[in-house]
Amino acid sequence: MKFTEQHKKLERNVTLLAIFAFIAVAIGGTVEIAPLFWIDNTIEKVKGMRPYTPLEQAGRDIYVREGCYVCHSQMIRPFRDEVERYGHYSLAAESMYDHPFQWGSERTGPDLARVGGRYSDAWHVQHLRDPRSVVPQSIMPTYAFLAETDLDLNDASAKLRTLRDVGVPYSDKDIANAVLDMRAQADPMADAKDLMKRYPKAQQRDFDGNPGRLTEMDALVAYLQVLGTMVDVDAAAAQEDLASERGR
Amino acid sequence: MDGGASERPGKQGFEFMEAILTRAGLWFGAMVLAVLASAYAHDSGFAAQMLLLAVVALAGLWISAAKADVGAVASGILRIPADPSKYDDDPVRWGVLATVFWAIVGMAAGLLIACQLAWPQLNMEPYFNFGRLRPLHTSGVVFAFGGNILIASSFYVVQRTCRARLAFPGVARFVFWGYQLFLVLAASGYLLGITQSREYAEPEWYVDIWLTVVWLAYLAVFVGTLVKRTEPHIYVANWFYLSFILTIALLHVVNNLAVPVSFLGSKSYSLFSGVQDALTQWWYGHNAVAFFLTVPFLAMMYYFVPKQAARPIYSYRLSILHFWSLIFLYIWAGPHHLLYTALPDWAQTLGMVFSIMLWMPSWGGMINGLMTLNGAWDKVRTDPIIRMMVMALAFYGMATFEGPMLSIKTVNALSHYTNWTIGHVHAGALGWNGMISFAAIYFLVPRLWHRERLYSLRWVNWHFWTATVGIVFYAASMWTAGITQGLMWREYGVDGYLVNSFADTVAALHPMYILRAFGGTLYLAGAVLMVANVWLTILGRQRAEKPMHQAAYNPVADRPIVAVPAE
Repeated sequence: MKFTEQHKKLERNVTLLAIFAFIAVAIGGTVEIAPLFWIDNTIEKVKGMRPYTPLEQAGRDIYVREGCYVCHSQMIRPFRDEVERYGHYSLAAESMYDHPFQWGSERTGPDLARVGGRYSDAWHVQHLRDPRSVVPQSIMPTYAFLAETDLDLNDASAKLRTLRDVGVPYSDKDIANAVLDMRAQADPMADAKDLMKRYPKAQQRDFDGNPGRLTEMDALVAYLQVLGTMVDVDAAAAQEDLASERGR
Repeated sequence: MDGGASERPGKQGFEFMEAILTRAGLWFGAMVLAVLASAYAHDSGFAAQMLLLAVVALAGLWISAAKADVGAVASGILRIPADPSKYDDDPVRWGVLATVFWAIVGMAAGLLIACQLAWPQLNMEPYFNFGRLRPLHTSGVVFAFGGNILIASSFYVVQRTCRARLAFPGVARFVFWGYQLFLVLAASGYLLGITQSREYAEPEWYVDIWLTVVWLAYLAVFVGTLVKRTEPHIYVANWFYLSFILTIALLHVVNNLAVPVSFLGSKSYSLFSGVQDALTQWWYGHNAVAFFLTVPFLAMMYYFVPKQAARPIYSYRLSILHFWSLIFLYIWAGPHHLLYTALPDWAQTLGMVFSIMLWMPSWGGMINGLMTLNGAWDKVRTDPIIRMMVMALAFYGMATFEGPMLSIKTVNALSHYTNWTIGHVHAGALGWNGMISFAAIYFLVPRLWHRERLYSLRWVNWHFWTATVGIVFYAASMWTAGITQGLMWREYGVDGYLVNSFADTVAALHPMYILRAFGGTLYLAGAVLMVANVWLTILGRQRAEKPMHQAAYNPVADRPIVAVPAE
């Protein structure tokens, strides 16, 4: 029987047509996505990775809200020019706590995967207030309102709890102390020993240059300053991990 | 349900009143719930969105109540035509109107953000910054303009090719209004900063749930109509529509898996993270292009091209072959959005190989469409609607060649993250999706409103040329911009250092951004002309104009030469 004759069976039966079409579209995605949940390379943990502090996470939520990802990528590819321009290429493990991921698809502005520590807080604040005052060629919108907007502390604990529900290992203490942790991280005078123990190498200071207020600017700058700094990518241990991983 | 009931008192009249009271009660309940949700919202964005819902519910309440009094005033809104000898075209008519409305909204937003890239002073923080407007543009053109013409055309085509009226007419009306509500919630949410940051799936959890409900209703109407068909065979256009509805449901649900922080707040966190999240998103993102912007638009092509050309489809065998290979292969191509990222190499390579294979079934569709014009090629000269269809298929062919080429890893190394991608997308979106939709609108409007012809065919011709020239400016400037960016980023001097700072590359693109905005202006101008043409056609006006296809005739010259004898 010719295939056009056989096909007439499908053409006369809605159920068969729908089932065959569904099978045809289900295969590819399953084969490509499912293995990512168990192969080494995509689930391994690299030394130094920790969940974001509540303040950094709040900054990340602002980054998402303002759509920064439509112009800035957070994924450095393993090319000589990118590594020289932006730093060591990005590892899968570095976005393991990113719900959602922010790899981006365009570089209307530069990659931000390792922007942490590259500029001073004051530069970031000035640049966000008026980008063209520090980079004359810039076409970035202004974000002066961030410095004038108090950070929303409602739901701070609920947000960490939700993140724990989707797999980020926040402890009960992290969740209970979310608001205190936010205030402590943005206040250079606060006692942050406990914060530092739970979030190693967290940076504690007044990020927006306005010690009186905890603003959205504090949060966003805290997030930008931690980007790409958690893993010591050039350390021997990290390189060994990379060499031995499977499934790449 | 219909206006006639109020003229016949008695049992039926009471049932009619009861139905209105029930409906008004439901609207009232929805309004109260929305107001409560707004009052107890955890963030101002969610409060605003719920207030918007309350306004919609209030409008619904008002319309239901008005019906009891005036009956006929609102009957046009939700009336179900009783005449079983006619196709049920109300939702199609509303869909066409919604399509032209959203076309202007989406394209105007696009022009605004194009101008913002050329002149950043046009950003108005916080609500009208580029980052918030960009999803408004993409959703506006893809889901609002594209989605409305797809739903409307599918309702039109499935009835005609099945020789049956729409199944579940009430549900079909719910699909139309429910989808508009989804669009309004999504669009207003972007400006308020409510986003999941998943490209082309930005709306938050509650809007996603609403869309799922609407979409399942859409599936029910479409499949129900197929089941009711009086034709033994399911026409090829319906295979494409059916796989579009099924696959979009699958993609939408899986990609939007997220846990809300609070059921009274807009914020949610994606179930997956990092690399798994990235591949899920681009599996979705790529197949939004495949199953929203390709497959159902091919369905439109399979109905409207043969109709307008008055020729049968070129090849039945080719349609079978390219349909199954297209839907099977497309799903695999997602990872080509993540080449050279932290995604495992084998997945990247699979994505690349399947993208290249995809070239063939894509061109299968183009060939089947173009060859349908065999024996009617003169119509390209005489019929601007056919000309639009041919240009759409030509751009489809170009974009589906460029796509596989950009998926080759070495090409992608240069093109990824640059404006080349933007140029590629717009060659497809403006050239293929836009042109075939415009052609379908011009085909549908006179038929749906029972007009002899369009207001002006010559305006269609103007629309064709402004759009085409607009696309040329758009695509050419973005190709140049993309290659410029790619080359400048990787340029090394003789001293072994990078030559350009990032800011240098931004400055170099300024002229290209202006040219792109110019191209967009032309394209939008064409669409505005379409709105006027559609509007005047619906009003029943006809422009006095010379027909497009008359050969020159000069009666003075139309006579024999009479020899005059020499004197």
